[in-house]
Amino acid sequence: MLKTPAQLEDFRKGLLSQRDPNKPCITLCSGSACHASGSGEVAARLEEELKTQGLTDAVDIRRTGCHGFCERGPIIVIHPDEICYFQIQPDDVAEIITETIKGKKIIDRLLYNDPVVNEKIIHESKIPFYKNQERLVFGSNGSIDPKSIDDYLAIGGYSALSKALTTMTDLDVLGEVKKANLRGRGGAGFPAGVKWEGSRNAPEPIKYVIVNADEGDPGAYMDRALLEGNPHCILEGLIIGGYAVKANEGYFYVRQEYPLAVININHAIKEAEKYGLLGENILGSGFNFKVHVHQGAGAFVCGESTALMASLEGKAGEPRPKYVRSNVKGLWERPSVLNNVETWANVPMIINKGADWFTSIGTESSKGTKIFSLVGKITNTGLVEVPMGTTLRDIIFTIGGGIPNNRKFKAVQTGGPSGGCIPEHLLDLKVGFDELTQAGSMMGSGGMIAMDEDTCMVDVARYFIAFLTDESCGKCVPCREGLRQMHRILTNITQGKGKEGDIELLEELAETAVEASLCALGKSAPNPFLSTLKYFREEYEAHIREKRCPSLSCKELIHFYIDPELCRACGTCRKQCPASAINGDKKIIHIIDQDKCTKCGTCFEVCPAKFGAVTKLSGVPVPPPVPEDQRTIKKKSKENE
Amino acid sequence: MEIEKIDQIIDKYEAEAGNLLQILLELQSSNNWLPKEVLKRVSERLEVPLTRIRHITTFYKAFSLVPKGRHKVHICVGTACHVRGASRILDTVEEATGIKPGETDMDMKFSVETVNCLGCCALGPVMEINGKTHGKMSPAQTANILKNYE
Amino acid sequence: MSDIQFEIDGKKVSATPDMTVLEVAQKEGIYIPTLCHHEKLEPFGACRVCIVEVESRGWTKLVVSCVYPAEKNIIVRTRSPKVDRIRKTIIELLMAHAPDAPQLLELAAVYGAVPNRYEKDPSFCIHCGLCVRYCAEVAQKNALGFVDRGVHKEISFIPEIAARECHACKECFPLCPTSYLQAAFVLTEALAFPDPAMKQ
Repeated sequence: MLKTPAQLEDFRKGLLSQRDPNKPCITLCSGSACHASGSGEVAARLEEELKTQGLTDAVDIRRTGCHGFCERGPIIVIHPDEICYFQIQPDDVAEIITETIKGKKIIDRLLYNDPVVNEKIIHESKIPFYKNQERLVFGSNGSIDPKSIDDYLAIGGYSALSKALTTMTDLDVLGEVKKANLRGRGGAGFPAGVKWEGSRNAPEPIKYVIVNADEGDPGAYMDRALLEGNPHCILEGLIIGGYAVKANEGYFYVRQEYPLAVININHAIKEAEKYGLLGENILGSGFNFKVHVHQGAGAFVCGESTALMASLEGKAGEPRPKYVRSNVKGLWERPSVLNNVETWANVPMIINKGADWFTSIGTESSKGTKIFSLVGKITNTGLVEVPMGTTLRDIIFTIGGGIPNNRKFKAVQTGGPSGGCIPEHLLDLKVGFDELTQAGSMMGSGGMIAMDEDTCMVDVARYFIAFLTDESCGKCVPCREGLRQMHRILTNITQGKGKEGDIELLEELAETAVEASLCALGKSAPNPFLSTLKYFREEYEAHIREKRCPSLSCKELIHFYIDPELCRACGTCRKQCPASAINGDKKIIHIIDQDKCTKCGTCFEVCPAKFGAVTKLSGVPVPPPVPEDQRTIKKKSKENE
Repeated sequence: MEIEKIDQIIDKYEAEAGNLLQILLELQSSNNWLPKEVLKRVSERLEVPLTRIRHITTFYKAFSLVPKGRHKVHICVGTACHVRGASRILDTVEEATGIKPGETDMDMKFSVETVNCLGCCALGPVMEINGKTHGKMSPAQTANILKNYE
Repeated sequence: MSDIQFEIDGKKVSATPDMTVLEVAQKEGIYIPTLCHHEKLEPFGACRVCIVEVESRGWTKLVVSCVYPAEKNIIVRTRSPKVDRIRKTIIELLMAHAPDAPQLLELAAVYGAVPNRYEKDPSFCIHCGLCVRYCAEVAQKNALGFVDRGVHKEISFIPEIAARECHACKECFPLCPTSYLQAAFVLTEALAFPDPAMKQ
């Protein structure tokens, strides 16, 4: 139990004195994705192997949260030398202990190979993916065990809380956050300080601060990584916020689909209470604060602030009109400050280093850094933290490694279902709240989905509308009925049933949803459609007028066809076709039976690259099959090859 | 489900109406589904109308008012997985199990659901069976994996 | 009781702080169409038909008048090209469910709504919620409620309660703009009411 700031600092010094920075430490990424790739087994094997080799006391193992380079997980970093190994399997463990820990030798095959210079890189901080980021918030994920409050204290944790509660007034704290111009990282980018001030000034004495951990945007998992990997950071920010706003009670509303996050938050809260950093009279400041954890129950709309508050009250997640803002009348009709996980995670840093430091990073109107989840058709899938103002090109190509398989970049979708697609000619856009909004998209929570030439943009619009019709609460007409009809029309278009006038009808429905929906879900739902229409109108027109999908993606508009000039009858496609739709034999040109074909695309993928005989056709009739007597492949003479 | 067990969970949350969702989540997790009797008991103890409980248990997808199959198959249809071909995986699952998302088969073997982002986008397309994540799925692999479940 | 002064359609009006723009308009005899509003019920804000333009401090926005609080010095316009367009679309969307509902036909005539604009839907419930809210707030029997969400949302009776309470009440029946309520009740009665002989 730490009762004063001095006791906290003494304890921290004590911890640090017991930790030898030169002692070998193996950090293993144990976030949910790496866990799914087997990091649990790797951890078990590490312990076993260290025991076998008598090294249990000499080497530490630290199971950390997500490191961010998810494409290459499971990841191990061996400290103090910072040797970084990727895609570790349990069978690699023995070699790692013997060769690297004991033998001080590097295992080449486990290193990152930089494709640009074709060189292996040993040290984590030199790897381009990490080097080009600025991991102010996310960086600690790689060095702490989220289940250990001592680890968090050892890196300076709770020093901001101590500073705020004991050397600053609540108005000082509020002032600092306002001056820092911290804008919400959840979607709307509203200035947090202004939101906090509104609650602080509201007459009702009982107030709440809430962490929105209902990260629902598909493809966005930054909050998950922060909650699982560094829960104390968010908790610390929340308590500081409570202090500034004069709220003594806080809530975490965590998606039920994130069970590890729920476990780690609950564990962190217990530990913080044990240490006296949460509860009554924190660090002798006289400030009391308690926290509850509520789980979501599978509704995307509960990420909307008023719906989230309804859910906290034990009701259906139906949003309420925001004519009286929820920071004045929110949870239980009381002033409630709701902010996103990443927003809260920025607070301790702002208090410790000051608003002036924070505002030195970023652009004029978007300060600080932002964590993006870079996913989809991208080489280096993962979580990326960069200063606001970094260009999309840098994020996608320099850090993200560009588009895999030699495909061409087509668009990047940002902002989740409320956002839009940004095309190639805008890649030099500097990332920021207002810049993305002006381009017809939005920052949203940070999801960044890369799309290539094989992605059909009409299908992207259809996909997002389908998602939202499923997640709509159903209360208001423009959203429930409007999206229902938009979904029908877009589906028809992707199936070749589009008609002239469909685009205009969609635009009318879009206007009604934008102007008249009850909440932001409905109001922003047409964005993916509107932005794809703006930048890729020719795709819509091709689908409607020519029944053609330019990306060769919409199942009902494409046919798979084996080019008889290129087929060498290797038989691979025939053997792998799950619908047994291909007939042919050795030296007999293979033909796809269009009636049986399910368009699964397997033949296209397995046809050997040197032949490339399987093609996709769209908007043109399938050529009639080669007559039987011409199906035998004759050996071509050398000069034709 | 026994009434004592139901009451135990309700008491853990102090029978407060604001904790309705948390109570139902725990009951769902404990019993795998929510029979009518359970809902009635919750309605009585929390003094909340049954209509509200029914709305909540159908509004939120975490709850099931019907028994579920032995094996829960979740296919991620989040944007990243979608762009990497999740709809083909879904098609394969539907064919292999004979049911569509939201359904349970007649033998109570499989319950199929779609989920919107499990947060392992680097492994897309992703399928989760009984909580175990299977990443980088192809239609052929999907069919094979499902064959292994009894 | 401080008086709030503002303007609706060029007419100067006054309100008390707890009033909504719709209430003020109705008090002053200014007509704003509604579908989900009822004087005995809490405002619902679901149909969006009562949408109006509000000009305040140089900015114009669209708000739903049944929930928007009266505000000093605002200029409210109950009709405008945008407002009319939105009302037209809303009516067209609802007529995909209930093309014969009298209230919808009336509004369709005023706003030029085209009845077959959108693909029809089998259910003729327009989700005004009057039945559910009346049963909860006025009759206080909670015999019927909403289930599910989004396009799957429906009204649904609780058979045991309905069997007990509805025959003697039925006060919600005249509220339904499309008669879906009555149909739902009859269906529930036929399929799901517990047999009195088997009731515990």
